Amino acid sequence: MASPAKKLAISLTVNGQPVDGLVEPRTLLIHFIRESLQLTGSHIGCETTHCGACTIDMNGMSVKSCTIFAVQADGAEITTIEGIANADGTLSALQEGFRQMHGLQCGFCTPGMITRAHRLLQENPNPTEPEIRFGIAGNLCRCTGYQNIVRAIQYAAAKLNGVEFREAAE
Amino acid sequence: MNDMTLTREQREARLEGMGCKRKRVEDIRFTQGKGQYVDDVKLPGMLHGDFVRSPYPHARIKSISTEKALKVPGVLAVLTAETLKTVNLAWMPTLAGDVQMVLADGKVLFQNQEVAFVVATDRYAADDGINAVEVEYEQLAVLVDPFKAMDADAPVLREDIKDKTDGAHGPRKHYNHIFEWTVGDKDLTDAAFRKAEVTIKEMISYHRTHPSPLETCQCLCAFDKVKGELTIYGTFQAPHVIRTVVSLIAKLPEQKIHVIAPDIGGGFGNKVGAYPGYICAAVASIVTGKPVKWVEDRIENLTATSFARDYHMTTEIAATKEGKVTGLRVHVLADHGAFDACADPSKWPAGFFNIVTGSYDFPVAHLAVDGVYTNKAPGGVAYRCSFRVTEAAYCIERAMDILARKLGMDPAELRLKNFVRPEQFPYHSALGWEYDSGDYHTAMKKALESVKYAELRKEQAAKREAFRRGETREIMGIGISFFTEIVGAGPSKNCDILGIAMFDSCEIRLHPTGSGIARVGTKSQGQGHETTWAQIIASEIGIPADDIMVEEGNTDTAPYGLGTYGSRSTPVAGAAIAMAARKIKAKAQMIAAYKLEVHEDDLEWDIDGFRVKGLPEKFLGMKDICWIAYNAPPPGLEPGLEAVSYYDPPNMTYPFGAYICVMDIDVDTGVYKVRRFYALDDCGTRINPMIIEGQVHGGLTEAFAIAMGQEIRYDEAGNVMTGSFMDFFLPTAVETPHWETDFTVTPSPHHPIGAKGVGESPNVGGVPCFSNAVNDAYSFLGATHIQMPHDFWRNWKAAKELGAV
Repeated sequence: MASPAKKLAISLTVNGQPVDGLVEPRTLLIHFIRESLQLTGSHIGCETTHCGACTIDMNGMSVKSCTIFAVQADGAEITTIEGIANADGTLSALQEGFRQMHGLQCGFCTPGMITRAHRLLQENPNPTEPEIRFGIAGNLCRCTGYQNIVRAIQYAAAKLNGVEFREAAE
Repeated sequence: MNDMTLTREQREARLEGMGCKRKRVEDIRFTQGKGQYVDDVKLPGMLHGDFVRSPYPHARIKSISTEKALKVPGVLAVLTAETLKTVNLAWMPTLAGDVQMVLADGKVLFQNQEVAFVVATDRYAADDGINAVEVEYEQLAVLVDPFKAMDADAPVLREDIKDKTDGAHGPRKHYNHIFEWTVGDKDLTDAAFRKAEVTIKEMISYHRTHPSPLETCQCLCAFDKVKGELTIYGTFQAPHVIRTVVSLIAKLPEQKIHVIAPDIGGGFGNKVGAYPGYICAAVASIVTGKPVKWVEDRIENLTATSFARDYHMTTEIAATKEGKVTGLRVHVLADHGAFDACADPSKWPAGFFNIVTGSYDFPVAHLAVDGVYTNKAPGGVAYRCSFRVTEAAYCIERAMDILARKLGMDPAELRLKNFVRPEQFPYHSALGWEYDSGDYHTAMKKALESVKYAELRKEQAAKREAFRRGETREIMGIGISFFTEIVGAGPSKNCDILGIAMFDSCEIRLHPTGSGIARVGTKSQGQGHETTWAQIIASEIGIPADDIMVEEGNTDTAPYGLGTYGSRSTPVAGAAIAMAARKIKAKAQMIAAYKLEVHEDDLEWDIDGFRVKGLPEKFLGMKDICWIAYNAPPPGLEPGLEAVSYYDPPNMTYPFGAYICVMDIDVDTGVYKVRRFYALDDCGTRINPMIIEGQVHGGLTEAFAIAMGQEIRYDEAGNVMTGSFMDFFLPTAVETPHWETDFTVTPSPHHPIGAKGVGESPNVGGVPCFSNAVNDAYSFLGATHIQMPHDFWRNWKAAKELGAV
């Protein structure tokens, strides 16, 4: 058995704060975030890129942090769920939308789902329902059946666009 | 508080009590990533444990060498069955009266079975250690097909009990047989079939699947050698039961075991049972003197802990030519895998499968269930259903459709003709249950009208004609299901887990300033108990829900309860909450009578306090009563305002519902589109309609998954083929249909607030509804019964076999 490889130094920005770390080359980014940085909002659901519970925002893209090495994040700008709230500490439009529309139950997928939706609304500030559903298809939820997650994202989009949220008629 | 300038409506609204769509208190932390799940808990010096697992489904273990593993940097210990034998824990009891290997003892019985437990400084080092453990296997003949389990030449799986002729549930017929469970009157049922004008018989399979919550099973065990105390953080749906079971099997005094279930990332039945990981982490903590964490990965979760279903149900109905059912006969072959680790109340080897007469007035019925061992993972948990109720609902709802087709009747008409009638409640079923309440006809008719059923059938007839003329390759299916659940286990007269009666409990403690804390024996895994339990209390005692903190999951602080599964929280703990609140209200009334200088009987309850009858200005609100209770109680009355209730329900509750699905299937590709899904649920009194609808959406999505593709599948050699989310179907937002919800309200007559439970109804009713829609689509091409799951390939195959492709 080979002894562990030499640790490597990385520097990155997480939720606006500069961060330095010393990691094994094989350390996954999600473990660096959860174990070294103690930011436990991002979760691990599958370790195979399917479920999206570990979704973070990295250099302006949604990234599943369970299948990327921490060393690949050297120099990156990362936002995790802990960095999503408004600067004054109040819930962001998305966080509020998830609460208002009952877009979560057990809460395990929620950080990844909100972080993904945060990027989706920057890519497409006024998405249709099919666009929302396609846009969050990389994030699995076992509790809600997605219907209220879609409404939560619509609520947030309306709020960010400064228009009144109207539910589509059934 | 008690501000009389507020209107009655404002006072009522301020409480956010029952019936209100109160927003969830949990969401504040969950939306900010501030939930605390087991893997978020870190203790100083914590180690990580992980398993060496068997690549073979059936093999003898010739040797295990841990020598190289122990030299791997970071590895501190490797447990094997030999280690566990020194503390008498190589095997553990299952909830079903069987025993299960914690670590492979001499042989392995399913692929990915736990063989050794490597303990290391971090999860990467543990993984290195696993790769260095050397195990020599000798492969044995494999038994995969449950229908071959009792063949004369079948391989012997359980050598530990091969000569035992009696199991936990009576005589065993074969060395791979676990139990036979029979209910009902066989002679009368056989006679009904002899006299029957019409009969149907079909083998209806409910395939093996898995609850697969997004958070896997995990625990963190910390043994304090000085105090002799064991603290266990774990993903436990039933923390108190875990404490008692650990005490019994590890011979530790129960007061020295602290079980804490923090936030849980979904359960769906997966987190009821006890798994080898828990035992190994606890033993490893005792051995190393350090906290040890065990976190299952997804492959381990899907392949080793707690499958669900795997029931093969030969179903017969006897009926008159006019479509009145006269008898039901069901034989189930139940594949339990390598150990019988079903999570049912202990006296119920097939759970409450004897609810299989469903919503229909069968005069006679007979049921026999044979459980067998195979080389597959153990389990048999109730995946989002009360114990085996979803299997029963699937069985009867599919069979009623098959009967309707044979009679040439509309399936809705057949159901309406055979429903238990409202005046028959409480209704005694032929298989032994007393249904507490129901109004099936109203619910069914409301559902049919809501979807404009008659028009749908006309459209279907037209589409079929068009298909026959070759104008379309799309076929249309209309699925109906009408389910009756049995939930709320349960009355101690017939429900226990390893002897522990299945009551539940609540302790409410009000504070002097008019707020309070409620501790409950259940454990939310997403159901929103912190929100809804406070709503019950708000309505009962007039303290706003926002002022009641709800706490669950810590066995040192919560009163003893049996946990959350089988839709039992509202039927059992919900009742305990109301009863504890009523004890508080009774004392509050004594205090109010003293302060208002009237007899207690001269007081009436008015939203949030007591009022002297006929004197509206003489009022004392609950907030003031709280202060008085502590600081100026009436002479002779002890201070304080708190109460505990342990509730042993007199009966189960029987939620029901009518579901209708409209689906279009392209016969050339098998691709289906769920055009419409309508779900009417009657769960009695509705505590929080927002949460109920959320539960229904989620349950329907799981039902959709199961019916349309989700499966744990083994190949002929016993290799599990569905070990990741690549192969195991979890629908995304793209595939998941839009859900329409509706309701009727038939309160439970025996429940203090009339509530029945709802979390599992949509799974129980949803699976047969989807399957009936698929079968209905193909019926005009000659199909009688197409087995689930109905994925694109199977749909295409069905069309091909029917000659439509």
